[in-house]
Amino acid sequence: MQLTSNNKITNKPKKVANINTALAAATCALLGTTPMVQADEGAWEMDTALLYYGETDRVTAVEGVLSAKKDFGDEHIFSGKIVLDSLTGASATGAVAQPNAQTFTRPSGKGQYDIQADEIPLDDTFKDTRVQLEAQWTQPLWDDMRGSTGVHLSKEYDYLSISVNGSLAKDFYQKNTTVSAGLSLAYDTIDPEGGRPLAFSEMVIDQGQFANEQAYQAAFDATRQTDTDDKSTIDLMLGVTQIINRRMLMQFNYGFSTSDGYHTDPFKVLSVVNDQGLTQSLVHEDRPTERTRHSFYWQTKYALDSGVADISYRYATDDWEINSHTIDSRLRFNLTGNTYIQPHFRYYQQGAAEFYKPFLLEGTTLPTFASADYRLGEMTAYTVGLKYGMKMPSGNEWAFRLEYYQQDTKNPGFEAPGALQQLDLYPSVKAIIAQVSYSF
Amino acid sequence: MFKKARIILAFLLSTQLVGCANLGVQPWERDLLAKEEMALDADGNDLGLDDHIYFSKEATSGGRAFAGGGCGCN
Repeated sequence: MQLTSNNKITNKPKKVANINTALAAATCALLGTTPMVQADEGAWEMDTALLYYGETDRVTAVEGVLSAKKDFGDEHIFSGKIVLDSLTGASATGAVAQPNAQTFTRPSGKGQYDIQADEIPLDDTFKDTRVQLEAQWTQPLWDDMRGSTGVHLSKEYDYLSISVNGSLAKDFYQKNTTVSAGLSLAYDTIDPEGGRPLAFSEMVIDQGQFANEQAYQAAFDATRQTDTDDKSTIDLMLGVTQIINRRMLMQFNYGFSTSDGYHTDPFKVLSVVNDQGLTQSLVHEDRPTERTRHSFYWQTKYALDSGVADISYRYATDDWEINSHTIDSRLRFNLTGNTYIQPHFRYYQQGAAEFYKPFLLEGTTLPTFASADYRLGEMTAYTVGLKYGMKMPSGNEWAFRLEYYQQDTKNPGFEAPGALQQLDLYPSVKAIIAQVSYSF
Repeated sequence: MFKKARIILAFLLSTQLVGCANLGVQPWERDLLAKEEMALDADGNDLGLDDHIYFSKEATSGGRAFAGGGCGCN
């Protein structure tokens, strides 16, 4: 069923999504695509966005998105997306701050950088450009059933991810209930500059101890594997979307994900400290080669008289023992018939991975796996933001979004020896997110 | 004791089932649900960009959509 009405300003027919659209969104959400309002036959719908993400003293990213969608008739829908992003800046290495200056070898093995006393070690050579392509085809099959299939590709200098997906969704009870099931298979390959470090190999730092450049290079190469490595991921998602009443819609998803292969971050290290808290060496991290995750997601949307409340909650758990809770809310208030503001609030809390260690102690047995990547540690994070949108007389829409994101890392229970007690081992990360969107 | 619990459970289940029977709307009651902004993932580009940011900065991903694959983002 496709309803139409007239735009009061231009008197042109405008699209009014029917409930199929809302329910189809549940299906499309499974596919990780960007479903938009059901298109009229023959009309392309384009959504563009330019996003700036900037952390204080760390990473800066600029990301552009172009999404396109077309209904080729009878809900045979193609959607595609191109994403380009560029990242520069400094990334935490995992090493701890020290009361004295520290010298690190760059991951490529070519060159060094120094970190001043009391400062968090950041590798300031982080630079990458990424392109992402997505294509999705969705169409009705039989008996209120829809099928969808798609491909996804993400390529950066040292990393390639390709995936295929497929899903089925069936409507019940006058399309008040939709049940869906989806499967995604992903294959990632990584070939980092300078090779992949051997697990717990010591960072080779040229401090004049090598007779010549060849001797240094031989020592560096001895810590590296130069071939590529890979990771395979299988995702399964089951969903139910239920219309509650004239104003309320709910979605429940269960997600299962299992991955096998290289999960280690080749750029992350751990400091090995003595009982004074002073770094004696730096070793490369090592993570398990398997990870199995479960997620439970609930979302509800409520139509206010002049706006929409959108609230979701996600609980996730995995066999790395990372458990997390996420609450996300967007409240849209229509200011006029053509303009709105939308405050956004998100709260996130995660526990530490069982192999997370902010540092290693000299003289103790090496663990089977260890990482000092703060993203695997205990943290809370929140986002607050505001979006302003305005629809032009042509039906095209501009929107502007400004948000603040802060991560507060916490000590999950490690006792810091000596000098480390005076240093900030769990710093906060603060970022600004700014976005301009245009739909036509 | 268990009998009482079973009766209470049966009562609660029956009331929930009655509740389920009342869920949903008739086709002519879908005016509000049909609004563009009521789509479960309205603002699709915002959601996709947010997913990428949080995928890169936190240990958990997915839920709304598939969690796997992605990028080597730091």
